[in-house]
Amino acid sequence: MTEAKKYPTPVGNPESQPFWDAAKDGKFMIKRCTTCGEAHFFPRAICPFCFSDKTEWEQSSGEGEIYTYSHMRKSATGPYVIAYVTLKEGPSVQTNIVDCDLTTVKIGQKVKVVWKQTDGAPLPFFTPA
Amino acid sequence: MLSLAKAAAKGHKKLNWTKHKSERRLSIKGKAYIAGIYEHPTRHAPDKSIAQLHAEVAKGALEDAGLSHKDVDGYFCAGDAQGGLWPMVDYLGLKPRHVDSTETGGCSYIIHLGHAAQAIAAGKCSIALVTLAGKPRTGVMPPRLQGAEADFETAFGATTHNAYGMCAMRHMHDYGTTSEQLAWIKVAASHHAQYNPHAMLKDVVTVEDVLNSPMISDPLHRMDCCVVSDGGGAMIVTTPEIAKSLKKPLVRLIGHGEAMKGPRGGKDLDLTYSAGVWSGPRAFEEAGVTPQDMKYASIYDSFTITVLMQLEDLGFCKKGDGGKFVADGNLISGVGKLPFNTDGGGLCSNHPVNRGGMTKILEAVRQLRGEAHPKVQVPNCDLAIAHGTGGLLGVRHAASTAILERV
Repeated sequence: MTEAKKYPTPVGNPESQPFWDAAKDGKFMIKRCTTCGEAHFFPRAICPFCFSDKTEWEQSSGEGEIYTYSHMRKSATGPYVIAYVTLKEGPSVQTNIVDCDLTTVKIGQKVKVVWKQTDGAPLPFFTPA
Repeated sequence: MLSLAKAAAKGHKKLNWTKHKSERRLSIKGKAYIAGIYEHPTRHAPDKSIAQLHAEVAKGALEDAGLSHKDVDGYFCAGDAQGGLWPMVDYLGLKPRHVDSTETGGCSYIIHLGHAAQAIAAGKCSIALVTLAGKPRTGVMPPRLQGAEADFETAFGATTHNAYGMCAMRHMHDYGTTSEQLAWIKVAASHHAQYNPHAMLKDVVTVEDVLNSPMISDPLHRMDCCVVSDGGGAMIVTTPEIAKSLKKPLVRLIGHGEAMKGPRGGKDLDLTYSAGVWSGPRAFEEAGVTPQDMKYASIYDSFTITVLMQLEDLGFCKKGDGGKFVADGNLISGVGKLPFNTDGGGLCSNHPVNRGGMTKILEAVRQLRGEAHPKVQVPNCDLAIAHGTGGLLGVRHAASTAILERV
């Protein structure tokens, strides 16, 4: 059962802390470079595309579609689906698809963010929209 | 700062480094020979220490070359070396004047081969020892080291199975690749493994056997996955002069490439190709040969999909045509056009320390020497490729390509 899972608490650091602070308010933040205009994830202080230090936090819609996935049939914590979700804003993020029949997950499926609690900031998972 | 960044970005585009004249003039082509090889026969070693296995494969490779451990003046090892360079060098009683502990997972040893050639060409060492050994079948492996991504990925449980599964899933989606086609890779490996007395899995299997094996992480079945084994291997890389003074058939490195790939900010994510698209052309260009010239191919086979994607990336067939290329026994020695992994590879023989790069080089050298099993030996094998990836193909990985020639 996904709900029974104990997820690791994000450690955070000065560079990523704004993401985790916003996560507590249910906001999924990405970074966008004002020099080249590209958004990226996970967030960096310096843009990985043009190396400009002019990057800004931006709230993502938390909506996207599944780029690819794999259904792990067995694990110590039970079956799960790992996936990459391509956000509406552009970047693809690694995640799990949760709170659904894992055998029905498909490439191209529309999904939205759903937060799962940890002992600290919550973690972003995705579920069918 | 901003203008500097802009200038750098512009300059990078303007200067095509791979075609830069000074770089093309400098080459490791023919500068280093593989004079000694050894693969540990064990597949399960609860009675040995990890350091001991490194020593045993080092001893084996030195004896194969006809050299003594006092001759070694360069030492190369990766993350499997217990405690890293200092403890290994001390334990082995070496006195190297050149060392390298480049760690790129399973392909570390193919990168080491290229780096050893560079060091030899620059006069930094003349007899380089490279070792790999460990015991994942006996004991639990330490967790993978993580970088800045840790908080954003750890919870999602990326493992080898599902990271490669995600690549296979998207490859099937984009190119119509099928589980039957992937299964042919395992079938070919099993045909070769039946002749390897040390192989963990010696039974010849069929496409149906693979499809009927349990699903591990969609779309990969159990038989799409490599074995987990203890063991190791080693090689001696040396100068042309020293190699020619020894008694083994001459095998030299004529081209080498290395590259890395990751999600890189999540832009234009494409899991259907590996860093082999960069390491391969670099190696072929340096060697002055093409994929079609290869008589034999050692291709890292952590999973069947790994082989299929790398064959495409290296140019053995077009991107997306890998499924057709591997089907119907095309990788079986004596049957198909491209004999691959004639020792049975990671899918059937062994996968020491969950790292397949070393054994890829060793079987390529056996083929070039004419020392492969007679049932799988490629006639007049004078050109071969050893290629591998390390890390997680669906997340972050490295690739390295070596082109080897019998002189």
